[in-house]
Order: sequence, then structure tokens, then C-alpha cells
Amino acid sequence: MTGSDPVRLYRTVRLIRRFEERAIELVDAGEIVGGIHPYLGQEGIAAGVCAALAADDLVTGTHRGHGHVLAKGADPARMLAELCGRVTGLNQGRGGSMHAADFGVGVLGANAIVGAAGAILTGAVWERRRRGADVVGATFFGDGAVNEGMLLEAFNLAALWRVPVLFVCENNGYATTMPVAGAVAGTIAGRAEAFGMPATAVDGQDPESVRAATAAAVARMRAGGGPELIEAHTYRFDAHHTFEHRVRLDYRPPEEVAEGRSRDPVVIQGARLAPAVRAEVDAAVEAVLDAAVDFALAGPHPDPATALDHLYASGLTARNGGG
Amino acid sequence: MPRLSYRRALTRALADEMTRDESVVVLGEDIRVAAANVTTGLLKKFGPERVRDTPLSEQAFTSFATGAALAGARPVVEFQIPSLLFLVFEQIVNHAHKFPLMTGGQCAVPVTYVVPGSGSRTGWAGQHSDHPYALFAHVGVTTVVPATPADAYGLLVSAIRCDDPVVVFAPAGALDLREDVTDPAPVPLGRGVVRRSGDDVTVVAVGHLVHDALAVAEELSGQASVEVFDPRTLYPFDFDGLVDSVSRTGRLVVVDDGNRSCGIAGEIIATVVERVRLVAPPRRVTRPDGAVLPFAPALDRAVQPGRDQLTAAIQLTLKDG
Repeated sequence: MTGSDPVRLYRTVRLIRRFEERAIELVDAGEIVGGIHPYLGQEGIAAGVCAALAADDLVTGTHRGHGHVLAKGADPARMLAELCGRVTGLNQGRGGSMHAADFGVGVLGANAIVGAAGAILTGAVWERRRRGADVVGATFFGDGAVNEGMLLEAFNLAALWRVPVLFVCENNGYATTMPVAGAVAGTIAGRAEAFGMPATAVDGQDPESVRAATAAAVARMRAGGGPELIEAHTYRFDAHHTFEHRVRLDYRPPEEVAEGRSRDPVVIQGARLAPAVRAEVDAAVEAVLDAAVDFALAGPHPDPATALDHLYASGLTARNGGG
Repeated sequence: MPRLSYRRALTRALADEMTRDESVVVLGEDIRVAAANVTTGLLKKFGPERVRDTPLSEQAFTSFATGAALAGARPVVEFQIPSLLFLVFEQIVNHAHKFPLMTGGQCAVPVTYVVPGSGSRTGWAGQHSDHPYALFAHVGVTTVVPATPADAYGLLVSAIRCDDPVVVFAPAGALDLREDVTDPAPVPLGRGVVRRSGDDVTVVAVGHLVHDALAVAEELSGQASVEVFDPRTLYPFDFDGLVDSVSRTGRLVVVDDGNRSCGIAGEIIATVVERVRLVAPPRRVTRPDGAVLPFAPALDRAVQPGRDQLTAAIQLTLKDG
């Protein structure tokens, strides 16, 4: 499960890349309302981390979360249907891009509050292990989240109680438009080390490096070593959010963007495959996504009368707001 | 009959549910030594994997409980100070409460948050004396404020068994109560109770104020027949039960230890007047708008709803119609 599988890794990064590109087309077409936070350029992290996890290991993430959910094994068609707000979506159209969850593959939900998911995952892994399951977890967050107190509290709890959670910092250099140098005092690895957690820096553009670093960390965690942090250096190829396509924020020098895009995880991993194999994977991914788009757009829109379905797991119903 | 104290009722509810259901775990600050006198004996009986003393990391351990619930636990989180709920409001409201809907029903978050000593404990001043139950009712988190030991037991048991997040406010003003309870039993969430029957006016009293309302009703017994309604759960509120009462009495006074603006008293009055034609304008007795409890005991008491205010409100309502 955790051994190197270059074809599988390539398939995952390619799937996420093309999923995101198709999703942006659907944003532009008005089929995805509200836009998305594109993961373009960061695919190697989700692919590499999830390749080193077992099926019943748990994952949480943030608003830029499509890649994490897909890499953990969610159905791209149901994921895209979720983005399109259809009842056939993973969350029946109730979560959308920022909250995609698939408990069936261990994805306990993407969280739009950037420092929030780490503590939630720590509790979930702790409970599964209390019940005797040998699970670990991985939680994804950006460089901006390392300034959220709740995340640092989660570092402390996980380290103190030796809960095997891999804290994966996707350092893409910007928290929305704030450069990391203007936001993070000290270092990201230093945050972990302060809590006694090992921290590993890795090239997030190389899926294989991410996978290898994760596999090593997961092995140590399963052996009782406690939580760890991986800081994956990456670059966001596209906007923070697709709204930038309209408002044209100016905060990244063009030469920096060009340089960032020159280190492309899809190209880097693709170069490890024979061209014929790569072409075969590309065609298969395209077929999956063609079907996903068809599935997503064919799904029914939710009935407005069901807007508050699932609000309460206990069966409680809320009072109507009208009249 | 055996006497049950309010605090021991909470302890017994925790112990009974932990015995009944392995998935119940308790988290909180200083709970191993039972600093709030509620978790007494639980560590010895159930061990540190189920009775977990936490660092001062309220936001993280509140979300930790959410995660544990997502993975199958029924965590109970004890908060030593009601104002800490302001600190973890985000974790309860924006995460625990929203997850079932946002995931399209993929999960439940059965966490219970217990606050033993909510409201003024006299002399604890501005940051330790809030009674913020209306905030949770506003956002739609099940919110209970037991007034008696039997209800403290029964509502806490029901909260732990509920598949949704539930906040249990145990008012400081009720913690020292004792009553005869032969066989404590679960009390359903969302069901109020008439504590005293009357014909002239319905007084809705929240938490420890139920006892003040009963005392006032007794004092007024020569002048007026006062019915006292204890909602027990503020969200969901037993409006059907209250409407039954007010339909008979035609008059409504609410006494509530929350702030006035956007408080639960305003919601109770609004809902009742939507459904019942009253014979006199309704009144409410609350803390002042935006209240912060001052330290000096006389000032602390001055900000809380008092029996004199309640008596005056009842008398005015009777005079008005």
C-alpha cells in the first residue's frame, strides 16, 4: 500500500489537475456557483500524502480541499456534483466546494476555518485508536493557518497525548494575498519543534518525495512515535479563489509565477513514466472526468423544501422562519 | 426518600451514562480532582482514557470532542467558567453544530457541553458571571437549563444520549439545592413543566429563577393565582406547553437571567403573542441590556433579576387587564 507506485501517483496528480481545470470551466459557465479555491500546482502534496495512507486512515483539510478528497479515493463524479450543488453530490449539495466530505473513504470534511481541522482530526484519530483501530490521520492546512491559535493548541494536544496525526503544511507562500514572510514569525518547522514534534521539509512539487516523507512519518507514528509535521513547499499556479479571475488582484510578480509554474508536479511525475503509459493514464483520466461532468450536470437540484434536512441528527426539526 | 443534591445529580448522570455506554468520555480542565465538584470519583472508576484532564486549550479540546464524536464517541466537555463558552462559541457553532447539515447527513456530533456554575457565583465579577444560554438558542444548539436536582440528572442523561450537540447550563444559583428523589430518570429534551398551577398569570422562569418565581407566587397567593412554567429546555422550546398555560391564564411574565436585547425572554414573549390573545401586555424581567456583572456583591445582585422586580411585573400585568 505504501510502496512507490509511480503510475498511481501520476494518475492522482493528473486527476486532480484535470478535475480542477474542468471545475474552473464550470465556474466560468455558471454551473458552479460561488467559485472554488483552485489546487492547481499543489497536487503533488495530496497525492503523495494519501498514497502513504491506508484506506481506513483519516483525513481533514481546508477550503482548498478538492485534491485531498480525490486523493483519498472519493468518486470524482460525486465530488463534481457536489461542487455543482446537486443532490447526487457527496454532501447532497449541502457542503459545496469548501466542505466536501466523504466519510466512506475517511475524509471527515474540509473546513473553511483554516486552523480548525487539526484539532478535529486529533479527536477523531484518538477515538478510533481508543476503540482499537490502528489508524493514523493527516490534516492539510496552508501557511496562513500556522498563525491560528487553535492549530497550535492542536499541536500541543496531539503531542502531549501522542495521537498519530500528520500535520501537513502546504506552504504555497501566500495566505490569500499575504506573503508568508509578512505573516510567519520564526519558522513553520519551529512551530512543530516547540511542541516536541519532528518536522520534515519536503519538495511539494515532487509527489514521490512527498510520498516517501509521509511513508516514513507514518511508519514512525504507527510505531508509537506521536504526531509529526511535514512542511511541503509548493506554489499555487492559479488564484487564491476564482473571484481573482474577475478582480485581478496584483500581489505576485509575474516572474515569480512563471518560476513557480516551471516546477509542475504533473510534469515531474509524468516524466517518470514511459510516454505511452502516460498517454494511457491521461486518456483514462479524461474519460473519468468526461463522465463526471455528465454525471454532475445531470444530477437534480435539491428541492428547496429540503433546505434544512440533516440540520439535526437527532431528528429535531427547526421552526419555520416565515409567517 | 434519598436526598439528591444538584451537583451529585450531575455526577450520577455522568457515571450512569459512562457505565451504560462505553462511548461516553468526559473531557475538561481539572476534572481528575473534580475542581467543580461534579466529576468526583469518575477518574478512579473509568480511568484516564475516559476521564481526560485537558490543558488550558479550550478551543482545541472542544474541537477534539467534535472529532471524537465524528469517530463514534459521545464526549461530555465540562467548562469551569460560563464565559469560556464565548471562547469556544466558534468551535461549537461553526463546526459541531454545522457538520451534519454541511456533510449532507454523513455524520452526527453528539457532544454535551456542561457548565456547572453558570451565571453569578457572587464575587466572581465580569468575566466569570455570564449566563449565555440565549446565544446557543439563537444559533439552534439544543440548550438546557435544569432548575432542580432531578432535572439536572434527567436532562444531562438525555443530553448525553442526544445525537446532536447539547449545552447544559447548571446555574450557580441552583447548585446547592437538594431534593428527595427516589429513582432519577431521564427527562426528555424540549419538554417544559408546570411547577405550580394558577389561573391569573403564567410566569416563565429559567433555571434557578424557577425557585424565585415559586417563592413570589407563594407570597402573592392571597392576591393572585400564579402559574409557574419551567421550560427546562430553551432550545427547542416547549411552546405548545407554554401556550396551553397562557391560553388559560391570559397573562404572561418572563423572568430570565440573560441580557435583555435579543434574549430568550423576548423570543418567548414574541412567540406567545403570535399564538395567544393576551388580556394584558406581557412583561419580562431580565438583566439589563449589555450587562456586565460588577464585582461588589450589592452591584452584582442589582444587575440580576430579583424577586421584587418579578413581583412588580406580575402586579403590573394583573393591573393592566
